[in-house]
Amino acid sequence: MKDIIDKYVSKLEQAELAEPGQALLGFLDADLVWNREDPQTEILEGVFERININSLLFSPPREPYRSIISYLCRTNEGRILPEDCETRTFIHDIPVVPSLDPERLTQALRTRKAVMVQDRGIVAYGWVSPEQAYILYSSVCFACFVKFFSDYLQDSKNGSVAPEQREVLHKALSYLDPLPEEPDAELERGPFRDKARMIRAMDEAGKMVVGYKLVDSFFGNISYLYGDTLYISQTSSSLDELIGHIDPCPLDNSSCAGITASSELPAHRDILRKTGHLAVLHGHPKFSVIMSMDCDKRGDCDKEGECFRRCPEQREVRGYPVVPGEVGTGPFGLCRTVPPAIEEDKGVIVYGHGVFATGARDFNQALRGLLDVERNCREEYLRRIGE
Amino acid sequence: MYGWHGKILCIDLREGKSSTLTLPQEVYGAYIGGKGLAGYLLKERMSLGWQDPDMPLVLMTGPLVNTRAPTSGRMCVMSRSPLTGTLADSSVGGSFGSTLKKAGWDGLVITGQSRELCGIEIRGSQCSLSPARALQGMGVSQARERLEGRASSLIIGPAAENGARLANVVVDSHFFAGRNGLGLVCAAKNLKYITVLGEGKTKVWDPEGLQRAGEDINRLIAASPVLSGDLGLSSFGTGALYDLMDSRRMMPADNFRHTHFPAATEMNAPAYFREYSPKKAGCTGCRIQCKRRSRDKRPMPEFETMSHFSALIGNESRETVVEANRLCTEYGLDTISTGATLGCYAEVTGQELTPDKILGLIEDIAHCRGEGADLALGSAAYAAAQGSPEAAVTVKGQELPAYDPRGAYGMALAYATSTRGGCHLRSYPIVHEILRKPVVTDRFSFAGKARIIKIAEDMNAVVDSLTACKFAFLSATLEEYAKALTAVTGIEYSQQQLLDIGERIYFRERMLNCANGFTASDDDLPERFFTHKGGSFEDLEVPPLDREAFLEARGNYYRIRGLDGEGLPLPKKAKELGLWA
Ligand code: SF4
Ligand SMILES: [Zn+2]
Repeated sequence: MKDIIDKYVSKLEQAELAEPGQALLGFLDADLVWNREDPQTEILEGVFERININSLLFSPPREPYRSIISYLCRTNEGRILPEDCETRTFIHDIPVVPSLDPERLTQALRTRKAVMVQDRGIVAYGWVSPEQAYILYSSVCFACFVKFFSDYLQDSKNGSVAPEQREVLHKALSYLDPLPEEPDAELERGPFRDKARMIRAMDEAGKMVVGYKLVDSFFGNISYLYGDTLYISQTSSSLDELIGHIDPCPLDNSSCAGITASSELPAHRDILRKTGHLAVLHGHPKFSVIMSMDCDKRGDCDKEGECFRRCPEQREVRGYPVVPGEVGTGPFGLCRTVPPAIEEDKGVIVYGHGVFATGARDFNQALRGLLDVERNCREEYLRRIGE
Repeated sequence: MYGWHGKILCIDLREGKSSTLTLPQEVYGAYIGGKGLAGYLLKERMSLGWQDPDMPLVLMTGPLVNTRAPTSGRMCVMSRSPLTGTLADSSVGGSFGSTLKKAGWDGLVITGQSRELCGIEIRGSQCSLSPARALQGMGVSQARERLEGRASSLIIGPAAENGARLANVVVDSHFFAGRNGLGLVCAAKNLKYITVLGEGKTKVWDPEGLQRAGEDINRLIAASPVLSGDLGLSSFGTGALYDLMDSRRMMPADNFRHTHFPAATEMNAPAYFREYSPKKAGCTGCRIQCKRRSRDKRPMPEFETMSHFSALIGNESRETVVEANRLCTEYGLDTISTGATLGCYAEVTGQELTPDKILGLIEDIAHCRGEGADLALGSAAYAAAQGSPEAAVTVKGQELPAYDPRGAYGMALAYATSTRGGCHLRSYPIVHEILRKPVVTDRFSFAGKARIIKIAEDMNAVVDSLTACKFAFLSATLEEYAKALTAVTGIEYSQQQLLDIGERIYFRERMLNCANGFTASDDDLPERFFTHKGGSFEDLEVPPLDREAFLEARGNYYRIRGLDGEGLPLPKKAKELGLWA
C-alpha cells in the first residue's frame, strides 16, 4: 500500500503540481496508511470516518496554481465552474470551503469528488485507488488554470480586468516554461518495421509529451499504425507509463481485445486513413484549450452554451482549425469532426479539449505539430491580452 | 410521492386474492426501491424454505423506472434461492419493470401456492388469475404466443416446472432474471407466467433537473470506450469481452483447469457477427442496447454464455453455442450454471462433449431425466453425488461465471463474499482490474481490494435499488445518478448518502444469510484456484492464488464490513445501521 501512495506523491511533485514534502496522501483498506506523518492527518482522518472512500489527498498546489486557485476561490462564490470540456464531463464543478475542517470537507465531498480549501489547498478522494485522487487533484489545477486565463481574456476584451487579477496573471506568466521551436531531442526515426522498436518509440514520444506539459491528468493518447493493426494507448493510461498499456487493434475489427483502448480509437483510425500517416499524438495543451474557446460571436450565437458540440462556425486560431466534438463516439463525438478537419502538416484543435497532430513516419513530426499549435496559441493569447 | 407510486400489489395465490400495500414515504426514501425495498419486505420471512408457500416472491421496480433517467428500466426479482439457500435476487431488463410501473405499481409481492398451474394478468389497476394448465410444459416462446400480445411477460419454462435448480425466470422472451434458481420459486407457487399492461406515467419532481442529470450521464456513456467504442458493448454486445478475457489469460477453460482457449479467435464476437449478422436489441429506456438477435430471431449468446459453452467445455462450434443458448432460453435455464455444470460433468466423466452431447444434455437437464436429473440440481450436488466434490467450481453452491479468479484478485475476493454465491455482479471488480475504470488497479494484488469490494457491493446494491443497469456504471457514477434521483423524487440525495443506504441493504443480506447458517467457511473458493496455476500471458505465468493472502484480504473485508472473524454480523454494526431488532 505504501509503495502505491509514494508513487502518486512523487508523480504529483514531478508534474510540478505540489512542492516536495507538502502533499499528504492516505490509503485505507482495513488500516489507514499515510505517505508521511503530519498533524493534519488527524483532520483528514475525520473525513475517512464519515464517507465511503479509500484514499484522500490534500496538498497546497505549487505556483502558478497556488495564486490562480486562491484568486478564483476569492472571486467565485463557493463553487468554481470549469470551462474546459473534460473537466466538465468528469467532475462537473468544484466546491470551495473556507477552512480545513472535517465536517465542512465531508459535506462538500458528499456530492463532489474534489474540493478547494480557501488559501490552503486542494482535497480530492478516490474510492478505487489513490490514483483517482491524484487525477482529480491534477484536473482541478488544469481546470483552474484554463478558467483563470479564459476569464482574463474576456475581461481584457471588455476592459474590466481588476488590478489584483492582473497581478495574478503576471505572477502566473512568470512561471511558464518557454516552449521550444523544435523538440530538444530527436525521437526514434520511423517507419518502424520491428514491433519492439515501435513500442519503444511510442513510449519515448509519450514521455516527451508529458515532459513538455502538453497533457493534463486526463492523459491524452497516442497511436501508431503497424501493418494492418493500430497500436494505441489504453484508456486511463498515462503517456509517461505506456509499456504494457498499449492495445493492438486490427483495423478489420476481427478482435475486440482492444475494447480497453483509448476512447479516441475511432478518431485516430480515421485520422490516419485521411492523412495516410502512421503516427497520431493527442494532448491537452493549456493555451490551445484556452484559445479554442475564445470566440467573437459570444452573446450573438444561438448555439452558445453548446459550443463544445454544436458550434456551426468554421473557426481557427492562427490557421489551426478549431472543431467541436465530445469525447468518444456519441452523436457529437470528436471522431466525426477531427478527421475531416485534419490536414497533412497541421494539428487540429478540439473546442475546449485538446489537440491532435500526426506524423507521416514517426512521432517527430507529430510532436513538432503539437508544440507548434501550443506555441502559436500561447503567443496569440499574449497578443490578444496586449502582453 | 414523486418517482414512486406508493402502491405495491400483493397477490395471494392460495386464496386467489389481491390487495394493495402502501408503505410510508420514509421506507421508500430509506430503501429506494428494487433490491432495497424487496429485501425490506422479505426480511421477516427469510428463514422459510424456498418451497414454503409463505415464502414471498417479490418483484420490485425503482423510482427511476419509467422516467427519462438513462438506462434505468430494470426490476429486481427476489426470494430465497433453491440453488444456494441464500437470499436470491436478480436484476432483470426488458420492459417488464417499466410496464409494471406504467400500470401504476411499484412492485408485486406474491405468496401462497395456487392449486393448479396459473398465470397472473395485470391491466393497470386490475389484476386477475387465470388457469395455465394449457401452457404446462411449454417452452417460453411457445407460451408467450398464447398470451396477450401487447403485454410485457414474465414466464418460466419446463426446466422450472420439472424441478431444475438451475431454472431462471424469463422476461419478454429473451431477458433472464438469472442465477440462484429463481424460476423454481415460481414453479413452487404453481405460477407459470405474469403479464402486465399499463400506460400511466411516473410523476417527476423536477423534469428539467432530470434532463440535466440525464445529459451528464449520457455524455459519460458516450465517452466510454467499453460502452460506446467501436469494439464496445454497444457495437458487439457483451460478447465484446470475450477476446479480452482470453488475452488476459483469465478465460476459464476445461472446467477451470486452464485460463486460455486456443480456439478463442474463432469463437469471438466478430466471428459471430460475420456468421449471423445480428441485430441490436436491449432494454426499454437504454441507449447502450447490449443484446443481439440473429436474423432468424434467435437470441445471440452473451459473453458468459459464449465463454462457458465454448472454452469451459471444449466446444469449437459457434452454432452449438447459439443453439445451446436458444435451448436454455426456451427451457428457462441459467446459461452460466448450465454451462458450468456441463464443464463439471465433462471432468467427472472424462467425456469429450460433442455438439450433440451438449444439446442432448441440456434437453435432459430441462426435463430432469436420465443423467440430466442429477445435473439439474447444479454442479455442487451432482459432483458430490458422484464422489468428486472437487470438480464443482462453485461458491455457496452456485457455479462461477466466466472470469477466472486467478487473473483478478479482487474478483477472487468478490466471488467469496457475494451474498448470493458465485457471482461477478455484486461488485464487478473487473471494471478496474481489467477494464481500467475509473482507473486501473493491480489485478495480481490484494492490496486495497477489501475496501474496494465493500464499497462496490454497497454501490451496486444502490444500482439494483434504483433500478438502473450496472453497465451504465462502467462510466457514470452515483454522483450523477444521485442528481437524477433527487430530480425524480424531490428528496435530496448525495452519492455518499446513497452509499450509506447501500451499506444498510447489503449488511442486511449478510444478516439474513447468517441467520440461515452461513459462516466464513462459505465465503471461500474451490481448492483448485489455490493449488493450480492458470495459463501464461506474454512472459507472465498466472500463478495459483496465495491462500494466506486471500484469507488476509477476506479478514480485512470482514473488519471493514463490520463482521466478526467468522463472518458473522457484529451487533454494534447492525445497531449503527438501524438493523438491530
Ligand atoms: S446495457 Fe444492456 S442490459 Fe443494460 S439496460 Fe442497456 S440493453 Fe439492458
Ligand atoms: Zn483528450
